[in-house]
Amino acid sequence: MSLSDQKLGDQRQLAYVAAQAADARVNVELEAEGMTLNIGPQHPATHGTLRIIVRLDGEQVIDADPVLGYMHRGYEKLTEVRTYPQVTTLINRIDWVGSFANEVPFILAAEQLMEIEAPARAQWIRTILFEMGRIANIVLFLGDMGVQLGAVTPMFYALRDRELILNQIEAATGGRFHPNFDRIGGVKDDLPAGWIAETKVALDKIRDFCDEVETLIVGNEIFEERTRGIGVIPADVGLSYGMTGANIRASGVDWDLRRDNPAGLPYDKVDWKVWTHPDGDSFARYWVRLQEVRESCSIVEQLLDSMPAGPIMAKVPRIIKVPEGEAYVATENPLGHMGYYVVSKGGLEPFRVKIRSASFSNMSITPWLLKGTYVPDVITILASLYFILGDLDR
Amino acid sequence: MPSADTEPSEVEPQSTPVDEAREALVESLRVELGPDLLQTHVAPGVDVWARVANDAWSTACNFLKNAQNYGFFDFLSAVDWLPSPYGRSHEAEVDVHLGSAESPSESWDSTIVTGYGGGETRFQALARVYSLSSHMGINLKADIDESMQIETIVDHYPGAAWHERECYEMFGIEFVGHEKLRNIYLPTGFEGNPLRKDYPLLARLIKPWPGIVDVEPMPEVAAPSLKNPDAEGTQP
Amino acid sequence: MSLLAIELAYWQITVIKLVFSIVAVLIPAGATVYLYLFKMVSFMQSRLGPMEAGPFGSLQLLAELGKSAQKEDIFPEKADRYVYAFAPYVVIVSSFLLVLVVPFGPNAMFANYDTGIFFALGVSSLSVIGILMAGWASASKYSMLGGLRAAGQLIAYELPMILAVVGVVIQAGTMNMQGIVTAQIEGEIFGMGALGNPFILTQFMGFLIFMVAVQAELTQTPFDMPIAESELVTGYMTEYSGFRFLMFFIGEFATANIFAFIASTLFLGGWSVPPFVTDMIGIEADSAWFDLLGPGVMAVKMLAITFVIYWVRFTYPRFREDQLQRLAWKLLIPLALVNIVATAVLKVVFV
Repeated sequence: MSLSDQKLGDQRQLAYVAAQAADARVNVELEAEGMTLNIGPQHPATHGTLRIIVRLDGEQVIDADPVLGYMHRGYEKLTEVRTYPQVTTLINRIDWVGSFANEVPFILAAEQLMEIEAPARAQWIRTILFEMGRIANIVLFLGDMGVQLGAVTPMFYALRDRELILNQIEAATGGRFHPNFDRIGGVKDDLPAGWIAETKVALDKIRDFCDEVETLIVGNEIFEERTRGIGVIPADVGLSYGMTGANIRASGVDWDLRRDNPAGLPYDKVDWKVWTHPDGDSFARYWVRLQEVRESCSIVEQLLDSMPAGPIMAKVPRIIKVPEGEAYVATENPLGHMGYYVVSKGGLEPFRVKIRSASFSNMSITPWLLKGTYVPDVITILASLYFILGDLDR
Repeated sequence: MPSADTEPSEVEPQSTPVDEAREALVESLRVELGPDLLQTHVAPGVDVWARVANDAWSTACNFLKNAQNYGFFDFLSAVDWLPSPYGRSHEAEVDVHLGSAESPSESWDSTIVTGYGGGETRFQALARVYSLSSHMGINLKADIDESMQIETIVDHYPGAAWHERECYEMFGIEFVGHEKLRNIYLPTGFEGNPLRKDYPLLARLIKPWPGIVDVEPMPEVAAPSLKNPDAEGTQP
Repeated sequence: MSLLAIELAYWQITVIKLVFSIVAVLIPAGATVYLYLFKMVSFMQSRLGPMEAGPFGSLQLLAELGKSAQKEDIFPEKADRYVYAFAPYVVIVSSFLLVLVVPFGPNAMFANYDTGIFFALGVSSLSVIGILMAGWASASKYSMLGGLRAAGQLIAYELPMILAVVGVVIQAGTMNMQGIVTAQIEGEIFGMGALGNPFILTQFMGFLIFMVAVQAELTQTPFDMPIAESELVTGYMTEYSGFRFLMFFIGEFATANIFAFIASTLFLGGWSVPPFVTDMIGIEADSAWFDLLGPGVMAVKMLAITFVIYWVRFTYPRFREDQLQRLAWKLLIPLALVNIVATAVLKVVFV
């Protein structure tokens, strides 16, 4: 028997054993109560590679167990071998639909350690791009939630109008998805000429989109039927699970880091409102996000109008060494709080970075939340919690 | 202006170096935990760190949640304070030994220097909870000795379950009392604890990153390279 | 065939009917898929749709056919092979059976049964068997759930559909499809016969219930839980690929058209045009000319109805399974019953 034959024989043996094991599993399953359904890792509803093992009784969920890590990229380890300016390239990829927002808290943490403050104009540009990242992110959600509930059309409107915002982000930063524009001590460049007027046009389009979505989705009876009272999260439970962002505001918690801990970003210079909803269900989460897009549009518009003149970079050394210390800075990212716990030992690169991403904490409630729901509601809840896989797995 | 009362921002330090709210919090922790509160550090107007004894970890969380209204669980992680034996994996010439999978270089200093709140052990658990009423967070730390064990805080903060699982696989810290302590990101049966400093980042060992050398000069400027200051900046 | 005044042998008529039945199923299916699924919906969703294959992408369907035909016909390892292979045929056969009783002209129909509508409603349930077969035989949990959902849904919506038709049958006094058309031509509303009496006017409630039930029978949004892309991947079709998937696809859209044919026969006067038009152009309503004109008239009416079907499909989100059942049992069926009672009473009073 040649080596390859033997290998083939082994493979057959293995295949046989695997088949037997699969049969045994099926038999066990038939005897056990309920049916196990793997939602994911490749499933249209998990927009990425999340896998949720649910045990079903009919269509009712007895037990749900999310399995993560199909996209874990080990960013916390990778940051330890990169200099501070290089890290932003990496962390851009965490929440990839609103990526500029990822850079801001890290840069702010580094600035806090270095005791640098970016000049006003840089803070303004940061905040504008931050909010535009939020719009780009949440507009996608507003369309995607429709798709998850079976209404395909709003998604196309979302993609169409999101494009306008992405174009503006690209015009300012050079990157549509991954701007990598924030620098310690400021931003990379000033805004290009004519950008402000173009952005205002884009913002108007986004406002129109919000109205369109409001009539198409929020005003739709079937949508209300499907989302009202589904996946209710009480405020205290949500908080103890570390739930943040629009998800917790939809449970009636009036807490927005942009207002309560703006970390130097000029949110206190504009007139805006934190939206909350008392219900805590999927509908509330959708509604709050819809209002937030409108609020973001108004924030950006006001910031564009009140943009101060001046430099866009503070004086920073060419080779950035961050003094010894620890800092935690979190900002209100589109998906919730994103925070970086940066430990510096005075070197070129961080000693340890703990990335606190919003989706990870937001999704940790799912085993609790999905119990007793039905399969269609699982999809509704997952869609309304709104996670981005990169943010979940990091 | 936003409608609700705004807290002092985190970045700008207050003019007074004394932070009364945070000092009061530390004081209440001291009263509650007594000698189990080992060390604290207050950055006025910014943040507060408190290191508690390993045994008092869960107690401290319980106290903060139920007595001090710190209802929001932010994150839980750990820090490995061992300096990386593999150097910084940055400048290829400096860390040239990395190419051969040799053990730590001679210059490696393995002294453990911990951060705010002090500590003696190599590993420290780190958790952050936040109060919505006072809009203050607190970073809790606890030393973890060779047994690599610490109590779970899932009973107080159910959101810690996933964070503890992550911490368990990344650092090998066992959270006593956690019911489903298994890998969350890594596949079952993964060997090693990737976030420990002595766990090599293989990609970097095989091909060291050029590091800060990639600050390229503009073609016409032709500045001397950082890596090799003697060579004139010749562009290809 | 009297128009051509040629006597044809039985086998020749059979061949002609066979060819025309294929034409009657596939051509409208292709036309609506291109017109509505590709183009109209694209414009609704602010995109262009297929533009490359042929002028304005008009040959896209052929490309899709070619693509599907080339694809591998995959059988899941644990599938019940014979049932799995056979299921798409059952589904597509039900659409062919449905078209049998649809009249396209005074003589242009495949079979003139006395209980034509009864037959149509009967064979329309055949596709459920095909879907259940597909769901079970795929050996996939998603398919299984999809198949069971489809079965529950189709059974629930069979009833309102039948009850909605009962109103028409009472008014026409016949179950013969041709008879229903004639009743609409000859009917009068309050003594005015210029429009005839398309039953959509008197049976508007029945028409609405029928259309909702059709939407559910076709598993189109908002009743597409058996397919429910975001939940069950594609339900009972999950494991199918290549040509068999294409058969499901054709079956779905062909059935949509044939239900539109049936709806236009029942409610819009079928192949006929309103009597004042026939008066104007000066041909008898039952003349052989309508064997030629009828299919065109039917096509127009069918396109109007399918337009609504697709419009709804791409506008609404989908119900949950229990909400769908509730809608059927608590709303549509009582309404249909009320409609029947009202129709019967009025029939007795006025005739």
